Amino acid sequence: MSLDRRQFLAVGGAVLASAALAPGMRLVELAEARSPDQAVTNAQRWGILVDTTRCAEGCSACVSACNKENGLQQNVRLDIRPQWIRTVTLQDEQTGYVQTLPMMCQHCEEPPCADVCPTGASFRRADGIVLVDRHICIGCRYCMMACPYKARSFVHENLTGQRADVPRGKGTVEGCNMCVHRVDEGRIPACVEACNYDGGKALTFGDMRDPASEIAKRLATQQSEEIRPNLNLDTGVRYQGL
Amino acid sequence: MKFTDFREIEGRSLGYWGLLGFLGILIVAGLAAAYYMESNGHHVTGMNNQIVWGIPHVFAVFMIVSASGVLNVASIASVFGRAMYKPLARLSGLLAITLLIGGLTVLVLDLGKPDRLIVAMTTYNFKSIFAWNIFLYTGFMVIVAVYLWMMMERRMNVFTKHAGMVAFLWRLTLTTGTGSIFGFLIAREAYDSALLAPMFIIMSFSFGLAIFILYTMAAYNLTGRPLGDAILHRLKNLLGVFVAAVLYFALVYHLTNLYMTAHHAFEKFILLDGGVYTALFWIGQVLIGGVLPLLILFNGQLGRSRPMIALAAALVLVGAFCQVYVIIVGGQAFPLIIFPGKIVSSSFFDGAIGQYRPSLPEVMLGIGGVSLAMAMTTFAIKVLPFLPLSLADEDVDPHHAAAAKGTEAAHA
Repeated sequence: MSLDRRQFLAVGGAVLASAALAPGMRLVELAEARSPDQAVTNAQRWGILVDTTRCAEGCSACVSACNKENGLQQNVRLDIRPQWIRTVTLQDEQTGYVQTLPMMCQHCEEPPCADVCPTGASFRRADGIVLVDRHICIGCRYCMMACPYKARSFVHENLTGQRADVPRGKGTVEGCNMCVHRVDEGRIPACVEACNYDGGKALTFGDMRDPASEIAKRLATQQSEEIRPNLNLDTGVRYQGL
Repeated sequence: MKFTDFREIEGRSLGYWGLLGFLGILIVAGLAAAYYMESNGHHVTGMNNQIVWGIPHVFAVFMIVSASGVLNVASIASVFGRAMYKPLARLSGLLAITLLIGGLTVLVLDLGKPDRLIVAMTTYNFKSIFAWNIFLYTGFMVIVAVYLWMMMERRMNVFTKHAGMVAFLWRLTLTTGTGSIFGFLIAREAYDSALLAPMFIIMSFSFGLAIFILYTMAAYNLTGRPLGDAILHRLKNLLGVFVAAVLYFALVYHLTNLYMTAHHAFEKFILLDGGVYTALFWIGQVLIGGVLPLLILFNGQLGRSRPMIALAAALVLVGAFCQVYVIIVGGQAFPLIIFPGKIVSSSFFDGAIGQYRPSLPEVMLGIGGVSLAMAMTTFAIKVLPFLPLSLADEDVDPHHAAAAKGTEAAHA
């Protein structure tokens, strides 16, 4: 068989393409566990369920744990201090009923921060975690204007002693990343861990898509809600007892 | 109609170089301020995690909105065929480009990472109105530059109308984009309204024309070239209409909010008890920027006085600045309503009115941007023929010339 140049290029191209694509294709889905070099998929959706009835006034275990885990300095003026998680006190205007709850990035399925970000630095990972890529964040703060939960902070000052697995930088925007570095190692976020040890066990972390997980079971059988549900953002953080 | 004689200004006087030198100092000061903010971090500004956009954004939006509006004068000539505005069209296009460059410079130098401008120019998220605006702004400069070329190169004059039409449509799109930066923010009480896009367009008409009138009056006064009442009175009457339209949009915006119970708290904040924002709204935006200019411009006596016309245009700009300040800073100062029906408190200022005091570097950066626009314009009219030698009545208004001749004939 003899090939002219055109045929040779066509066959050669097809062989090359197959060789390039074949390793990426799998005929059978393997186990769910993911090794660090595997891409994140939407097989999972990580979420946190907050039982506000267990969240005690005055307790700040989750906040301290977050600050420590992510190396957020505390010797910064309050109005510019990055706060990835905060405790909010609510008092009902009509009844006077007071409650406390933690607020952080709600990890929306349709995040407004990612919609408005001009460079795509704000993005939602396939497993539902909303992140900022500090390498392409230009510090425009449009995401802070757009976030319905006031969940983001701008780094106003020079930083020192950042944690190796928590990239941060002056002039970029940041917020709760659900301790993505821990989640990727199969651990739970620092705030959830701290709440379980030192707090009121108000926080439950897990895969909302895994029917066997505690969070999925509780979401399926107990009442829970999103904050600002009218915005229809399908948040990954859900609340009970609001 | 008479052929308009465009000529470079001489620009050799001490006053001319003194003006450019003064603007140059302000530009250098603005750059120094930007460097100071960039190297220290934004903690040296008044901005914080509550008020994330401050005075630099007020300057930038003010100039970007004005840039698109100042092009209207050229559009009236090329698109709507009003011969009288034709001699003004070149300056109109020039100011559109320089004001936009000034505004964008301020915006970029306020970024947390201005050194990543190349990232902003190469990495796009096309769902973001900000990303669209990068194309709208750069496209605007290219289109207006081509438009100016069509106007200034006699061989290309036949295409002026087409280029003018493209520029006009583009500028409407651009201001829609600028208004939508705020209009698309669903989370905040002050924004989340389609009304902001048309409101920004009418604001641009007013702000841009006020700048155009002031610059033209100053340039003709300082160069000793004649500027007739015919063109000036037409411009000031048009400004009056635009000022009234801006007031109308402000009225509709607040009435709409007042009709919705959910927005009452925000309206109470801006209109009644918002402190500096309430004062800036009523005294700055409505009184200084709206009512007073209208009284001057449409008063039979005051409206004919040149100093009063200049004053009215200046008042419009003061009001414009206040209006943009109330929209941008006032809109952020009012806290997000995350939990309706609850009194909210936290270490992150939930439920609290945002506190912001503009710092000197921020203000210097903004003034530097305005100076950059003015310096570029003032230099450009020296090196290229942007300004007609005369804007005297008989040179711009064919009817006036004919009428004058008629009178002369009658006298003779």
